[in-house]
Amino acid sequence: MSAQELLALADDELILGWRNSEWTGIAPFLEEDVAFSSIAQTEIGHARAWYELAAEELGTDADALAFDRQPDEYRSARFVELRLVPDWAATIARHWLYETADAIRISDLKSSDDPRVAGLAEKIDREEIYHRMHADMWADRLRNEPRFAEALETLWPYALGMVDGAQRDRLCEGAGREPVTPIERGEHADELRPLWEEMTMVRRSIPGATW
Amino acid sequence: MVTAERVWEALAEIPDPEIPAVSLVDLGVVREVEVEQDRVRVSFTPTFLGCPAVEVMQRLMADRIRALGGKPKVEISPEGWSTDRITADGRRKLQESGFAPPTGTAPVTLVQIQSAVHRCPYCGSTDTRLENLFGPTPCRSIRYCEACRQPFEQFKTL
Repeated sequence: MSAQELLALADDELILGWRNSEWTGIAPFLEEDVAFSSIAQTEIGHARAWYELAAEELGTDADALAFDRQPDEYRSARFVELRLVPDWAATIARHWLYETADAIRISDLKSSDDPRVAGLAEKIDREEIYHRMHADMWADRLRNEPRFAEALETLWPYALGMVDGAQRDRLCEGAGREPVTPIERGEHADELRPLWEEMTMVRRSIPGATW
Repeated sequence: MVTAERVWEALAEIPDPEIPAVSLVDLGVVREVEVEQDRVRVSFTPTFLGCPAVEVMQRLMADRIRALGGKPKVEISPEGWSTDRITADGRRKLQESGFAPPTGTAPVTLVQIQSAVHRCPYCGSTDTRLENLFGPTPCRSIRYCEACRQPFEQFKTL
């Protein structure tokens, strides 16, 4: 697996982790404050693990990859960059679509030729079970809500752009939706820059500082 | 002279930073200890990848090994941790301190989690319900016991 492919995975997890953390303190109720904060924490933990693998190949470290690149160097999908707070219906729609797509991606990585990638995917897959259960529970709860249906419709081309090739057919099947033209990885959402400003702020304030 | 046995004993005394009732050995995060003269290599598997206690655990282990006169190298094992690795002793200690130990084996399903097979660590009733899949740390869920009307923390099965 190339360092660029690892970075795409890691960037998706890092950016989505940040987006999830935006619900900390303002979720509709306390349980969801805890849930989204915890999911954010594990997604960022997964990002770190993928960055570490990429860092070995690139001769750097995970923090440098996460925070020292310019916004246009990130490989994340536009899907995870969108800022959805305070829209709960859209947040759950993305959460569910992301977990559905990520499950397909992780299941392929579990049979990677690279034992480090396969091992990590195996470990991540176990943890993701809880994210999927949470997403499924909410998708079921909002199933008949027009705003949720609308959000799924809007986000669907973005979700398809998160996975590649044959994974897209599996995603259509998993999400129970017809194929549409995917919004491909490459161009970033306008919301990425302000997020980047925020998440790299401390690190940029004193370059090279150690903690 | 450092021996593997003494290292294991020392590691068994380190409380988990987030659930101090159990030790790192009880939790099953220590996989291997190899000693070659004064060099001590520990292979360790963190519980959850996002667990903030990972670095603390590594530091605590290295400190103990230094105290024994060894030169520590604490490496993260590529093999995944699973709750099956929590020892019988660890499960008992969890239970005694109000944490329900993990039940069954992974992968779990929502139906299993929502079912009432989970036992309250305080009164032993299985009349419990899922309150939140997520809790104060990545490894715990929150349940509520209908019998003794007490919320409790359930270790996730992984």
